[in-house]
Amino acid sequence: MPASLPVDGLLSVAWLVIVLPLAGAAVLLLGGRRTDRWGHLLATGTVVAAFVLAVACTLQLSDRPGHAASVDLFTFIRTGGLDVSAGLLIDPLSAVFMLLITGVGALIHVYSIGYMAHDPGRRRFFAYLNLFVAAMLLLVLGNSYVALYVGWEGVGLASYLLIAFWYTRPAAATAAKKAFLMNRVGDVGLALAIFLMFAQLGTTSYAGVFGEVGLLAGGTVTAIGLLLLLGACGKSGQFPLQAWLPDAMEGPTPVSALIHAATMVTAGVYLIARSAPVYDETPTARTVVLAVGAVTLLIGAVVGCAYDDIKKVLAYSTVSQIGYMFLAVGLGPVGYAAGIAHLLTHGFFKAGLFLGAGSVMHAMDDQVDMRRFGGLAKRLPVTFVTFGLGYLALIGFPFLSGYWTKDAIIEAALDRGGWSGWVLGGVAVLGAGLTAFYMTRLMLMTFFGKARWTPGVSPHESPPTMTAPMVVLAVGSVAAGFLLVQVFPLAEWLEPVFGEPAEAAHVVAPAVVGVVVTAVMAVGVLAAWLFVGRREVPTTAPARVSPVVTAARRALYADTVNEALVMRPGIWLTRALVWLDNRGVDGVVNGAAAALGGSSSRLGRAQTGFVRSYALGMLGGAVLVAGALVAVTTA
Amino acid sequence: MTITNYLVLAAILFTIGAVGVLVRRNAIVVFMCIELMLNSVNLTLITFARASGTVDGQVIALFVMVVAAAEVVVGLAIIMSIYRTRRSASVDDVNLLKY
Repeated sequence: MPASLPVDGLLSVAWLVIVLPLAGAAVLLLGGRRTDRWGHLLATGTVVAAFVLAVACTLQLSDRPGHAASVDLFTFIRTGGLDVSAGLLIDPLSAVFMLLITGVGALIHVYSIGYMAHDPGRRRFFAYLNLFVAAMLLLVLGNSYVALYVGWEGVGLASYLLIAFWYTRPAAATAAKKAFLMNRVGDVGLALAIFLMFAQLGTTSYAGVFGEVGLLAGGTVTAIGLLLLLGACGKSGQFPLQAWLPDAMEGPTPVSALIHAATMVTAGVYLIARSAPVYDETPTARTVVLAVGAVTLLIGAVVGCAYDDIKKVLAYSTVSQIGYMFLAVGLGPVGYAAGIAHLLTHGFFKAGLFLGAGSVMHAMDDQVDMRRFGGLAKRLPVTFVTFGLGYLALIGFPFLSGYWTKDAIIEAALDRGGWSGWVLGGVAVLGAGLTAFYMTRLMLMTFFGKARWTPGVSPHESPPTMTAPMVVLAVGSVAAGFLLVQVFPLAEWLEPVFGEPAEAAHVVAPAVVGVVVTAVMAVGVLAAWLFVGRREVPTTAPARVSPVVTAARRALYADTVNEALVMRPGIWLTRALVWLDNRGVDGVVNGAAAALGGSSSRLGRAQTGFVRSYALGMLGGAVLVAGALVAVTTA
Repeated sequence: MTITNYLVLAAILFTIGAVGVLVRRNAIVVFMCIELMLNSVNLTLITFARASGTVDGQVIALFVMVVAAAEVVVGLAIIMSIYRTRRSASVDDVNLLKY
């Protein structure tokens, strides 16, 4: 392993990348009101510093033979046969994530300075953001599944705190609880997978697990793969655990951009990509990953077409795009690089789109109903242009980011060959068409047409601290795909992790795929213009709609199914247990106490206070004893 | 002369004493009935001592007399103080200590 080379230079202090934001969070949370005035600047500073350090580390890593560095820090747990040491693994995969998290994270911190300027809880907000960045970095930089798990739970906690940031709103508090609980379902899967690794292999470090996973029985590896997938589904909002992600939009918009679009929800993709050696051993689990990705991709796209809430449309778009990434990593070696590339470009354009949506909401007094927007292109020129570039990148407009990375995934799916390749490729192409439809609908309803604003609203462009990050992300949305696919191919950079990329089979010529996908996208855009753009948008949603639209508006009944299958049986079970506890357990305990108390108070009646009755008792007793003695001695 | 007569006498005395303790209300009379029971027991002890030709029983009877004397002192004192506070020597009037 080249990772065993001595670690020198900046890589030996790579832990600072995690510690800087963590220290920022600690100062802000412990410092209290004293830090109110400069806390947000400190928080932004720590993330920017972490980004600079991350860039330096990555540059050093690219010069290093083997492109991997394992930094041992300290012993985390040593007990009996379990020996977990805390350490960092910096390799091309984690470096890519480190750059994405700190880079996009820093931009969103800058944006938040403007967005949260008038919020009384600004310091708390920045503390949580820093905490999140630190946890996410630990998640991707840890060198063992245990370290990943610690980060995994950390981002879950930070996500909970940030969704419920406006905790006086019942909707926000409920959404946070929902997100936390649904994440927990996934976390149980991840925890069980780690337990299984420890029970079967005695180690949880990546090196140890990947080295020995081939020796395990097929069923065990499949179980580990499926449990890891369950964890990934929970964190990434994939089917069947997708329902929490749209509700998480109750949090402040920078949170939606950072956590629920660019970083945390991609942790599932990271987990599966990182566990590539496990999935290499189990085609079954890999097929399930594919199925989950394909199903989620369609669900997200279909539901996204029906919502009127701008942030929820973007959230379902995120669900759908992460479905693409799952599809890609589920394809195996041919898809890993494509999936990670899409993850990076998605990080740019989706963060940009969310920040744009935040800017629109900022201008419209926190209105999120697109039926109340319209005609904003002139009033918010910077937002319009940056949002528009993100939109074009997302729908896969030729030669922008999404075009390169989404096409790569579709090509990889088609290259799978056979009927499954055609089905997956078809689903991905259909998803691209739907994406074009709902995003065009969003653009038309928000920026074009007549103004349908709530009376009294006068939209104004956001301050520079908000628009500057949007411009940077828009540039990224335009250029990142071309850079990652053509100029600095990500596939080559990731080679040390995923191995030599397999020679593409090219069932369908890439040029043909590009043309077909672009044509489907154009159809989607045209359809959106026919349905939305050329007529007046009513300010209330039409009630008489087809069953398909009704189903999509209700998120394809995901909540209904969850309630029927999980919530109600759960409530029944709880009620039955409470009844059993009250009547059964409490009944036995209280019954015993009541029986003793009752009998003692009845026996107490014998204490009459009359001395002569006591004397009679004594006599009777003495006679009994004497009688017994006589009986015993004569017998 | 067999010991049976003595034992029967002792039994009669004991029964009289026991019945007296149970049926009489006056504390002094109850007290005297207890003395009667003690003395019936003394009679039994001396009878058996005489019959077996040892002095063990007589010694125990002497002890009983001493203990009985001490008990009378304490008991009479209690009866006196109860009489002073409650103006009654009936054992049925002293029934505060109950459930």
